[in-house]
Amino acid sequence: MNESPFSLKNKTVFITGASSGLGAGAAIECSKAGAKLVISGRSEERLGKVYGCLEGEGHERYIADLTSRSSIDDLADLLPPLDGLVLCAGITKTIPVKFISDEAVDEIFRTNTFSSMQLIKKLLKQKKLKRGGSIVFISSISTSYADKGNSIYAASKGAINSFSRVLALEMATKNITSNCIQPGFVPTSMLEKGSITEDQLEAEKKKYPLGFGDVTDIAYGVIYLLSDASKWITGSIFTIDGGVTLR
Amino acid sequence: MNNTMKTLEEFLELFCDELDHTDASKITSSTDFKNIGEWDSLLALSIISMIDEEFEVLLTGNDMLNSTSLSDLYELIQTKSS
Repeated sequence: MNESPFSLKNKTVFITGASSGLGAGAAIECSKAGAKLVISGRSEERLGKVYGCLEGEGHERYIADLTSRSSIDDLADLLPPLDGLVLCAGITKTIPVKFISDEAVDEIFRTNTFSSMQLIKKLLKQKKLKRGGSIVFISSISTSYADKGNSIYAASKGAINSFSRVLALEMATKNITSNCIQPGFVPTSMLEKGSITEDQLEAEKKKYPLGFGDVTDIAYGVIYLLSDASKWITGSIFTIDGGVTLR
Repeated sequence: MNNTMKTLEEFLELFCDELDHTDASKITSSTDFKNIGEWDSLLALSIISMIDEEFEVLLTGNDMLNSTSLSDLYELIQTKSS
């Protein structure tokens, strides 16, 4: 029997920001879909836990802080040739524009935007993205769905959307695709430790026609964009948000 | 001035690094580089960027148009870097 075009069997997929949240969920689901995973994250303990949840054999993990340029370079050197790259490393900070600091802008853009650009550049230089491969960025609905206090995060993800479309065009001759997923609100640890109260969370939930999502709702989108089933999709910005941006 | 100028052979190697579908063994200093099968605007930009990075020489689109062989291109780099 032929393998389903939605399977990730025989694909090596590298996921950044895999120690928590959407990255962790994507890693676990990709392993269930048959991929060989390479995961990275900052926290050794949390990355170890995610690593322990991966199904199948032969996965690899690397502790890496993507805010450091040298650590991105080291990581790129260590990585095997890849069929898929999923960029989930991200941080957020809620500050009104009036209170923005250079430090906050720098920190958020370094993690959410610049690290992905530098990592991809390195991987392309080293020819580590295989022909027919897929790049998936975790962007955000905040790129066009405004929320007070979210300007830096939204801008950092908007930059990723634009970057992905140019990358898609440049990579087309190699049949490498590049796409973004814009998740709506999915309760994850990144937000839990943020400045959102229970009441605010309840109010937010009412805006979602399909209620809040689960990490697997995003992970299945990632799997699709990594699989051969999506080989003709590139430069797209794929919203998975329970319908919140319908209105 | 630039006493660490890379040799023609090194330049050819760097040029071949940017190629994806062309057999590098077929690339020589007399290759008419704009006529290789995979030549396109992105490859042209990549070669200009590679020359900028490796030789600190910024060639223009016209420089590329006016060069035929890779040795022409190498000579132009030498002229512009001195």
